[in-house]
Amino acid sequence: MTGFGILWFILIAVLIIGYFALDGFDLGVGVLYPFLGKNERDKRIMRDSVGPIWDGNEVWLLTAGGALFAAFAPAYATSFSGFYLAIMLVLFGLIIRAISVEYRSHEPGHEKLWDVCFFIGSLLPALLFGVAVGNVIAGLPLNAHGDYTGTFLALLNPFALICGVLGLVHMLAQGAAWLALKAPLGEALRGKASRLRRLFAAIDLVVFVVAAIIFFVAVLPNSNGTLSVNVLAVIFAALFIIGDVGVIACGMDDPKRDVLGIVSAGAGCVGLVGMTFASLFPNIIPAINPAYSITIANAASSDTALLAMTIIACIGVPLVLIYHVIVYRAFRGRIK
Amino acid sequence: MDVLLDATFLARLQFAGTAIYHYMFVPLSIGFGMILAILQTKAYKTKDAHDEALARFWLRLFAGTFVVGVATGITLEFSFGTNWADYSRFVGDIFGAPLAAEALFAFFLESVFLGVLLFGKGKVSPKFYLVSAWLVWLGSCLSALWIIIANSWMQTPAGYEVVGTGAAAKAVLTSFFEAAFNPSTLQRYAHVLLALFITGALTCLAVGAYYKLKGRDGKAADKLIKIGAIAGLITGILMLPAAHMQAVVVAEEQPAKLAAMEGQFETQAADLSLIGWVDEEGQELHAISIPGFTSFLASWDFDTQYPGLNDFPADEVPGGINAIFQVYHLMVALIGVLAIVVLLGLAVWRGMFAGKKWPLRIILIGPVAAIIAIQMGWLTAELGRQPWIVYGELKTADAISLSVDPWMLIITLILFLVIYTVIYVIWWKTFARAVKEGPEKYMVADVPASFEGEGVLE
Repeated sequence: MTGFGILWFILIAVLIIGYFALDGFDLGVGVLYPFLGKNERDKRIMRDSVGPIWDGNEVWLLTAGGALFAAFAPAYATSFSGFYLAIMLVLFGLIIRAISVEYRSHEPGHEKLWDVCFFIGSLLPALLFGVAVGNVIAGLPLNAHGDYTGTFLALLNPFALICGVLGLVHMLAQGAAWLALKAPLGEALRGKASRLRRLFAAIDLVVFVVAAIIFFVAVLPNSNGTLSVNVLAVIFAALFIIGDVGVIACGMDDPKRDVLGIVSAGAGCVGLVGMTFASLFPNIIPAINPAYSITIANAASSDTALLAMTIIACIGVPLVLIYHVIVYRAFRGRIK
Repeated sequence: MDVLLDATFLARLQFAGTAIYHYMFVPLSIGFGMILAILQTKAYKTKDAHDEALARFWLRLFAGTFVVGVATGITLEFSFGTNWADYSRFVGDIFGAPLAAEALFAFFLESVFLGVLLFGKGKVSPKFYLVSAWLVWLGSCLSALWIIIANSWMQTPAGYEVVGTGAAAKAVLTSFFEAAFNPSTLQRYAHVLLALFITGALTCLAVGAYYKLKGRDGKAADKLIKIGAIAGLITGILMLPAAHMQAVVVAEEQPAKLAAMEGQFETQAADLSLIGWVDEEGQELHAISIPGFTSFLASWDFDTQYPGLNDFPADEVPGGINAIFQVYHLMVALIGVLAIVVLLGLAVWRGMFAGKKWPLRIILIGPVAAIIAIQMGWLTAELGRQPWIVYGELKTADAISLSVDPWMLIITLILFLVIYTVIYVIWWKTFARAVKEGPEKYMVADVPASFEGEGVLE
């Protein structure tokens, strides 16, 4: 295990955090859309709140996928082929979502269809990413070649499903926090969003406790030493809890705290992803038979390749951050 | 039925189908992006209400097309892991980096500044808005660069060594620059990029011709025809050396592909067929050919000998020679059509054929001919390198995901077919309606400071 391998393990965690913290809230808005968007004006505000930025947010996923391929190809190959149908559902979700966001206002007569596509296209990824992560944490049945040998239904086990719900509820809290920040002051939509922000953050904590109980009772004892509850994981777990408590502490009435709401929800993403990676380290995809586990040591690309990737990242990541600052500044403030 | 249960065939079918579909929208997006940047620049300079309307109108066409390209592009990035796991394991050291770089350097640029184009009118300064249009186009061209780097490495791999044997064998990077700028990258990038620009130019020309044909003469139609014809001429002329250089690379690096393209079975000077038929069983080519002309094009010498298909081991030549021959020659034939369209466009722009409808009708087929030519070019490139997925190193049949069953591929194939068909119909309906309504719809006397978005995503 080289220094580059560890560096890229951390960088992939960072990319996933970037994806979760950013696309998480626009996926959350998409799932809340049919429930909060009761009239055309509220629907428009919800769409406009994510309109200019959702696509850029989604690119974090493509970057994380590409980086996983480049840095740990066996992990990319095993997870994407092993979770084949789930990944395809995520993919179809992302496709119909992108199309629905763009065509909603230019394809008159089918608004209802586009609204449904926006909702389903947001729900599928929001739910399934967590399910996939839950399966990775619990360990997969892999063979010596690194291929998943289980069935599709086996992926829908209780721990994976609770992880899916955890991810979804967190994104709902993020989505509500974003809407509270972007919806016009004094309108009912902002009030509803700020109430939901608090509600979902509270549910998020409850789901987290349930997931933790299942983890300690059923997952950790069967992990054959592939998982570790270390100091770093505990610190990240604490960060997650602080994030959710921070969201709850924003209350409902003070719009000045709306920025704090979305930032706290983002801190929760850092906590969840950080905790997962800290527990997995040095595994990337633990196997039920630990001899077949995909680890940093046996999956990392060559130092030559990782050096090239590091240089690419050193040039690219600052640029990406600058773009984000520019665009989020240009579109700051509430929707009119 | 056996073929329907063959995982390799199904995986290839799925990749071919989703890639071809995606690649209908890529040329339009990158080609439209070029026209968009030109029109936005004109509007910025003249501050003329008609130019502004034309720029907005083109943004509408661009956005509706671009989003389909974005959405269907995700499929391909995922597919290396989902459908081609053993390929990913073999090439990860090399192939993943361009994909990550594409996202980092190109996708972010495109998507972030497209957000500015669609929602930023009145929120950002006019200059910043204009820069955003150029950045979106630059981003899309960079995206093409990284994908061509990745694909070219599969065609003419370089800067690597193979470590391990059997199922554990994998390519390991030895030089990033040799791998990225392998023997075919730059030639193929020029060839591909110019083809995309030609498509954009010819679509611009065709939209202008459509308005003239419908009797909606006016500034907008004239401007579109002028921009389309000039851009088509410039990119078309540049294409000649680019296509030539690509042919040279194929001749030098992928001799079996060259033999398949010209249906040549024995070592000889390579002819250039104009039209023909390959009898694969009888190992004969029935064609009208210019003897030695392909040798001349590839080496400036009519007598240069190139190997035929029989000079390679039977399991290292592509199947379906006649299909490769036909798609290649269809691409070549379509170049003639494109040239005629560009010349007619120039003539119409200069005021010839006034009142005549037939030149305008011929111009309308320009974009379709361009896209078919592009697809035929890619089919030549990808069928011609079979049975290799990484030329000379890894066979396609050894590259699939062993954990994915054929029934999963069939289910997703059906889903792709349904969803992609619906998207295509909607795209075309919306596109056609936007063209029918025309730039007139986008006339605004003056843009209020609080203008909220382009109304594109609302």
